[in-house]
Amino acid sequence: MTQSLDPRIRRADLEHAPASGGLAQNEHWETFAVFHQAKRGEEHSFVGIVHAPDAELALAFAKEQFGRRKKTVNLWVVRSTDIYTFQHEDDDMFATAPEKTYRDASGYPVRKRINKYLDDLKEIERQHLQRAS
Amino acid sequence: MADDELMIGHRNSEWTGLGPILEEDIAFSSIAQDQIGHALANYGLLNEHFGEAIPDVIAFSRNEKEFHSSQFVELPIGDYAFSLMRHFLFDHAESIRYDMLTLSSFAPLASLARKIKGELKYHTLHADLWVKRLGQGMEESHARMQTALNEAFPYALGMFEPSKYDDELKSENIFEGETALQTKWLETITPILERANLQLPKLPIKERMYGGRQGYHTEYLQPLLDEMTEVYRLDPAATW
Repeated sequence: MTQSLDPRIRRADLEHAPASGGLAQNEHWETFAVFHQAKRGEEHSFVGIVHAPDAELALAFAKEQFGRRKKTVNLWVVRSTDIYTFQHEDDDMFATAPEKTYRDASGYPVRKRINKYLDDLKEIERQHLQRAS
Repeated sequence: MADDELMIGHRNSEWTGLGPILEEDIAFSSIAQDQIGHALANYGLLNEHFGEAIPDVIAFSRNEKEFHSSQFVELPIGDYAFSLMRHFLFDHAESIRYDMLTLSSFAPLASLARKIKGELKYHTLHADLWVKRLGQGMEESHARMQTALNEAFPYALGMFEPSKYDDELKSENIFEGETALQTKWLETITPILERANLQLPKLPIKERMYGGRQGYHTEYLQPLLDEMTEVYRLDPAATW
């Protein structure tokens, strides 16, 4: 059997290391869902799960798995058994929602009204300054 | 300081691929990366402000006697309990040392200390979590942690070996001193170890493993240096 070029692997003598069998009694760890926040004030997004014996360690593991690279300001871990969810088959409840366009806000041009209001304010401001000067 | 971080960073990286669980493997690798980053930053300061050579040269071309790392950090990784205990003892010391250095009159060092405070916060958090769990855990884990503590402690005290520059550093307000650091360190780690049901060994002064700061090292440093510098020495002038 060829030897690894890496001296640390050679030192570990893996051929004679005890074989890893199934999980022992106390190795069945719970899963925790991890939510990652990239910027303070923004939403936490689900990014994956970690296996851990308890919540504290789950948070530490989540930092390793999901807080290593890009920008992170915070992480949540939630025990997967605490997450309430619909079943997959129940997605027929949501099936007709896209057709109900009367629920969209697209018919109400709020941005136009806001911009008009701000423009009016600026106009009044300008007139005040003119009168004052 | 830089030498300590370089050595322990290298030792911690030796767990890559061999950690007991995936997250721990990643944790030790991340911590090792952080520590080598700290070493690089410190070597950079030496290069910028004290006319030393560039970091690569300082790190990879000195011989054994020229390294000032404590003997603690060059010891082989041993079993996981030993590495965890070393991680715990070392990172608490570093955390307090850098904390003290945020007040240093030497501004570049103070700003470096402020910058890496967050990394060290995680190092100590991680170490505390594991020491507490394994110390309080089952008989085997407790026994292994206690043995590791007994073995590591005399070497750990070598981190605080006094040097002839201590008085000058103190009077210039650059650094309060190794004795102050050691006291704060003991105050910090003792309650955590107690909560983990672990006992600090009582040590007479002569059993402290001093010598590292003066260049006196164990037989483990030279092989470590040989391995660490193997690639560099193939061609010191190469760009990677």
